[in-house]
Amino acid sequence: MKGARLGYRLVQVGFVAVLLLVWYWVGRDELVSPILLPPLPACWDEFLALLASGSYWPDLDVTLYELVVAFLIAASFGCAIGYVVSRSRFSIRVFDPLFAGLYSIPAILLFPLYVLFFGLGAGSKIAIGATIAFFPVVLNTIAGFDYVDRAYVTAARSMGASELQMFWSVMMPAAFPIVLAGLRVGFILAFLSILGSETIASLAGLGHRIVSYAESMDPAKMFAYIFFAILIAFLLNGGVSLIEARVKRGPG
Amino acid sequence: MSRGDAAISVAGVSQAFGPEGDPRRVVALESASLEVARGELMCLIGPSGCGKSTLLNVIGGLMTPTSGEVAIDGERMHGPLPKKVAFVFQESALFPWRTVLDNVKLGMAFQGVARAEREPRAMEALGAVGLADFAHHYPAQLSGGMKQRAQLARALGLKTDILLMDEPFAALDEQTRMVLGEDLSVLLARTGKTIVFVTHSLGEAVFLADRVAVFTARPGRIKTMITVEEGHPRSRSFMTSDKLARLRNELYELLHDEIRKTMGDTRP
Repeated sequence: MKGARLGYRLVQVGFVAVLLLVWYWVGRDELVSPILLPPLPACWDEFLALLASGSYWPDLDVTLYELVVAFLIAASFGCAIGYVVSRSRFSIRVFDPLFAGLYSIPAILLFPLYVLFFGLGAGSKIAIGATIAFFPVVLNTIAGFDYVDRAYVTAARSMGASELQMFWSVMMPAAFPIVLAGLRVGFILAFLSILGSETIASLAGLGHRIVSYAESMDPAKMFAYIFFAILIAFLLNGGVSLIEARVKRGPG
Repeated sequence: MSRGDAAISVAGVSQAFGPEGDPRRVVALESASLEVARGELMCLIGPSGCGKSTLLNVIGGLMTPTSGEVAIDGERMHGPLPKKVAFVFQESALFPWRTVLDNVKLGMAFQGVARAEREPRAMEALGAVGLADFAHHYPAQLSGGMKQRAQLARALGLKTDILLMDEPFAALDEQTRMVLGEDLSVLLARTGKTIVFVTHSLGEAVFLADRVAVFTARPGRIKTMITVEEGHPRSRSFMTSDKLARLRNELYELLHDEIRKTMGDTRP
């Protein structure tokens, strides 16, 4: 078992290594114009310089601020509306397919409209992030509360649980894993859509910086910021997984 | 037996599902009447769909009957009576996000037991079913038999006079079921509770019950009542006795035709 897992890891690391190696050779032998694909060592040096200088702070600050606000909006509206919808079979029948349908529309198409409404700054990024993250949260909240095993509810009722006890001690913990999965997807989607929309029209943020270096023909710096964005995505993902593992393990 | 003596008194209870006139309307239970004396263990047995679990839910106040009434200690009931009646369900109704101990304590919290009292009472109940060492395990870490013992502990912790058990051992293998049946008999002889126990196992019914109510096929009616004259706790030797075998066969004779009916079998 352990040997097999090591095998998977080796192949995964090997895959990335080959990719980087190809990049390295292409850059060294100038097979592609360095304007389009700068040599790997140059990008790496810029990345290290970026980390050392701390000049990423203003942009990171903007992007994280947008992400946190967008996620909080999506999480509170998604959970609240999802719970209310899950209360009756009728509203589930009406709203669950409706939200699922809206979820399948690429909401990023609304972005130009959001820019008109909320401006070029953080407002339009928060709006698009919140819109996109809302759907997985609301859908999972509906599903989570809808699928609570009737056996738990019946057992609690037979023991005399009040409405409040039923909600806090039975419904919430029973629905929690599915709601949490929705929050996780919402968080990731909010991050992706905020980065993406920053590259379309913005005043600041990691996505904004990446585009501005691309437009000023400074691809090495652009790649340095892309590496940095990947690093942040990696850290955020790890953080979310850590929180998820912790709350799942503890008693609900 | 006058009505005042009975712990549970069921009078003409019918239960139908679906609106009247609907061709899909199912009459699960038809005019069931019975009385369970204080300290008595009554088993309900019958073919699948005969309404025995329905009757249990009606007795426990989880379902309002279409007609008829149920009285607990002579008082007509209108909903669950958590201070008087506790349930043990068929499938695991333990809350998987709580430890065994917290499950037992949560039941008491629902019932309204003072906080300080819960832990010692829960440990006592877990001790009674032999699960004290597993108090801090989660349900998923227990075997099927242990889960059902934990459920029994949760019900015992509520200290109700009446215990309603809905095929509690149905999902277990026969050996486990027999051992749990023995334990149950010992435990219940000690607590003196009034118990209604739904089962589809003939041997289990005879081994545990003071009386066995035999149901007909749907719409379920109580066909006959069999008395098992044997003191509690019942030992392993009763399990293998001729007396048990004879009663078991008698029960099988009574049920045989009813079971054929549920299979749509009309051979003479």
